[in-house]
Amino acid sequence: MYAQMIKSEATQDDPEQLAAFQARIDAGEKIEPKDWMPEGYRKTLIRQIGQHAHSEIVGQLPEGNWITRAPTLERKAILLAKVQDEAGHGLYLYGAAETLGVSRDELTEMLLDGRMKYSSIFNYPTLNWADIGAVGWLVDGAAIMNQVPLQRTSYGPYSRAMIRICKEESFHQRQGYDAIRRMAEGSDAQKKMAQDALNRLWYPSLMMFGPSDKDSVHSAQSMAWKIKMNTNDELRQKFVDQTVPQAEYLGLTVPDPDLKWNEARGHYDFTDPDWTEFYEVLKGNGPCNTDRLAARNKAWDEGAWVRDGLLAHARKRTARKMAAE
Amino acid sequence: MTFDAAMYQFLLRMGDNTLILGHRVSEWCGHAPVLEEDIALANTALDLIGQTQMWLGLAAEIEDKGQSADDLAFLRDAWDFRNLLLCEIPNEDFGRTLMRQFLFDTWHSIQLGHLTKSSDERVAAIAAKASKEAAYHLERSADTVVGLGDGTEESHNRMQAALDYLWPYVGEMFQSDDVDVVLAKAGVAPDPASLREEYDAVLLRVLSEATLTIPDSRFAHKGGRSGAMHTEHLGHLLTQMQWLQRAYPGCQW
Repeated sequence: MYAQMIKSEATQDDPEQLAAFQARIDAGEKIEPKDWMPEGYRKTLIRQIGQHAHSEIVGQLPEGNWITRAPTLERKAILLAKVQDEAGHGLYLYGAAETLGVSRDELTEMLLDGRMKYSSIFNYPTLNWADIGAVGWLVDGAAIMNQVPLQRTSYGPYSRAMIRICKEESFHQRQGYDAIRRMAEGSDAQKKMAQDALNRLWYPSLMMFGPSDKDSVHSAQSMAWKIKMNTNDELRQKFVDQTVPQAEYLGLTVPDPDLKWNEARGHYDFTDPDWTEFYEVLKGNGPCNTDRLAARNKAWDEGAWVRDGLLAHARKRTARKMAAE
Repeated sequence: MTFDAAMYQFLLRMGDNTLILGHRVSEWCGHAPVLEEDIALANTALDLIGQTQMWLGLAAEIEDKGQSADDLAFLRDAWDFRNLLLCEIPNEDFGRTLMRQFLFDTWHSIQLGHLTKSSDERVAAIAAKASKEAAYHLERSADTVVGLGDGTEESHNRMQAALDYLWPYVGEMFQSDDVDVVLAKAGVAPDPASLREEYDAVLLRVLSEATLTIPDSRFAHKGGRSGAMHTEHLGHLLTQMQWLQRAYPGCQW
């Protein structure tokens, strides 16, 4: 789940048109770019898809942090393939957002000047090699929880982007689990790395689903529009239920002393993340917010001459072609 | 020099070129000027690392001392590396990165084209796979060099500066030594000097279209492919690349 705290836009459209639109969604029809849609639906989707796209882009940084230090050629190749996939996900998602009438450059500017967000998880650092495994296992695992149902979302281009993304994400999660399993079964130092990664990334992963349903004020409209398919708490519970047995299998300890199986509920009881920390991260006070945004701004600013140069060349070529005809 | 000793050196040269250049290209991850370039750079690095696995895998097999491709990549010191100096030059800006890539890709695609006809089947098989990737890399780096050379005044100046800086590292590709004599005689690999004419023809065509001027000098730094003298940059690169394997020896990753 790379979209958090997406505020649904109020909509002020004609009630009859709105009712007809809702009926299409309820009937399971896909909304396509040229179809009529409420302004609130369009704006909410731009925010949500844009935030997801930005997360893919910023998400290259914590993983890229380890590409040059990957311990084997195979791990290096897998990580490169994964990061390349993620940049590709960014590309399809920006493409999906563009069908709603916003350009990739506009979205990029909003990321760079802080008007748009990316997932809070990428404001945490990757400090040891096991973090790369843990990012695949936990972060991609949490993302998949949300993205699998979003394959059925009402907006056609978003749904189709999600179908492609999910195929690659499940590979990412498996490689992450495989990488951390190797560490958990390895030397004492490797086990220590794996446990350290889980200790630091567990609660930030739980935060990825967004605040508790009781504090999540924007869900109802998005769920009616099938832009959001499940509540935050449902997905978080599903993630915990799936992940705890995997951690046990690895011999790692989830850093939650109150974690226990609740027979009556058929689910694990677990401790909520520290929501004060979550809101601080959203405000820009996570461990890496400033550096992540600075890195993206630097890449964009220092790349201006490249974009300008290629554009100037394309124009010259077109002009020469026209002159020759 | 025995045939196997020459083969081993040759395979290290091929594998170290792709390993070291792949590392340099991968340093761009998340920092490229535009999203398409992030994807293309990661893709290029991935191809190069994949080729490294094949070349160093075969090198380890021929060395026959129980080492793996990973041992060769992560446990040799700088003096045992046999890559061209060009591959270890730092990225600097995107212009130098792409010019370095173009200068390498041109040589690489010509070299691999010859290697597909190698008398050694294992070499020919690796080259068959790698040459397709190299042809694509060359198409892309040449297009980008043309686009930026013939773009704005700033992009032109940056590309000319990159070419001027990198030019003294080109000649090393064509210097032949005892290793090359043994392999050329056996029909395993072409004599490096014999590739220069074809190389210059590609360079002249692409760089003219890019409105760039090829420096009027044939001076060449050397020492990478023989291992006699690398640049100061290689040690730093290895420090980063080999750190985990060195700090936690004998682990499975």
